[in-house]
Amino acid sequence: MRSDPSDYELVAPGSLHAAVCLLAAEPGAWLPIAGGTDVMVQYAAGKLTARKLLSIWNLPELRQIDILPDEIRIGAGCTYTDLREHEFVRRDLPLLASAAQWTGGIANQNRGTIGGNIVNASPAADSLPALLVYDAELVLISARGERRLPYFGFHTGYKRTQLLPDELIRSVCLPRRFSTYVSYARKVGARNAQAISKVCIAALGLLSSDAADTPRIEDVRIALGSVAPIPLRLIETEKTIQGKIIDRGLLTLAKQIADREIRPIDDIRSTARYRAAVAGNLIVEFLERLRATGEQAREPGAIA
Amino acid sequence: MTQSPGKKNDGKCELSLEVNGEPKMVRVYPMERLLDVLRHEFNLTGTKEGCGEGECGSCSVLMDGALVNSCLVPVLQAEGAAILTIEGLAAHEPSCRMQQAFLECGGAQCGICTPGMILAAVHLLDKRAQPTLEDIREGLSGNLCRCTGYMQIFEAVLEAARRGPSA
Repeated sequence: MRSDPSDYELVAPGSLHAAVCLLAAEPGAWLPIAGGTDVMVQYAAGKLTARKLLSIWNLPELRQIDILPDEIRIGAGCTYTDLREHEFVRRDLPLLASAAQWTGGIANQNRGTIGGNIVNASPAADSLPALLVYDAELVLISARGERRLPYFGFHTGYKRTQLLPDELIRSVCLPRRFSTYVSYARKVGARNAQAISKVCIAALGLLSSDAADTPRIEDVRIALGSVAPIPLRLIETEKTIQGKIIDRGLLTLAKQIADREIRPIDDIRSTARYRAAVAGNLIVEFLERLRATGEQAREPGAIA
Repeated sequence: MTQSPGKKNDGKCELSLEVNGEPKMVRVYPMERLLDVLRHEFNLTGTKEGCGEGECGSCSVLMDGALVNSCLVPVLQAEGAAILTIEGLAAHEPSCRMQQAFLECGGAQCGICTPGMILAAVHLLDKRAQPTLEDIREGLSGNLCRCTGYMQIFEAVLEAARRGPSA
């Protein structure tokens, strides 16, 4: 049943400072709402349990993208449109730019924010695997101050995070050091726009550049969405293939290790078996692309 | 945006916003959907409700020039914004171009998706005056149609782009 708007309170404090002060006064009482692409869907379905909402939409402090020498610092209130259109995001963080481009449709990209996506903590979110492979860090803010922590580990369980009740995500910091890596991203869903992924992947790889030798995997980072209760980085798979030559045996091995790391489920969109098969195939496709770039000595950094 | 503008005891607040070029004041609950305020307070029923959860694009409007699903906008967030609906679009030149192209190319059948389709198409041409077919598919990917079929709609957008802004 649809919600009755008279049952809800919504305030827009207008500044980041005022917002965190309100959260500090009554920790846990206020649910922050940015572009509403998740919260308003729950509201429409009559499933929004929070009755007091705090609008952080369009707070200028959260809508900036700062380009520093070593990192790109993205305000948590930046929309997918902000990300996909930003010159430096496209150049240095192509996995994030592509994920932004295939999240929702244009209208949802104009409203959905990167911070909202992180806090909503859907294991199927398209942009979160990209944050994992780029070694993102989060800056959290409260009236007590700021703290910075790695994004890896931020999700502690299905829809659970390390965010405290009086905190907001202020920014997402992404190092620029991966801009020379081969990047690979793919979403497998019923359709690209307006469809939640059955499986999605973001991966980065770097081959050794000793011309006399068959190239080996110098560094590799793989993350998947919709295969576990949280967006999952495949640490064991990465460790296993690191330093190796990409051959048929390695592809098989990578699939086997990945299959042990993921914990896919049956749900409305797909089955565990299908997801496991697709996840393995995506990893193989990534490694084949990575090998091909070595063979063709193509310029690194090109988006696959 | 300012602290809950003009809040009164019953939980409603007074908001000012611009709708189709005209300044408006309205007294509403802050969590009312922009969609409902447009339809019920301003009688702008060209904006349709389809799914009510941001999947179908029937309720698309432009908010400060950005395409949004008005079913997902709590009206408080539209405080001070300029909203353009299909009615406002129909009143000025470039939209007539888009509407005309939809008419001529058979881009509308039952009409429920059409206002949203046209707003999404206008938003696309604002960004890319000469879009490719791929751009059009992407620009309209958040707008679902269940009867017209997409090909005539894509043709209409291509045709409108061909005619250019002054046509």
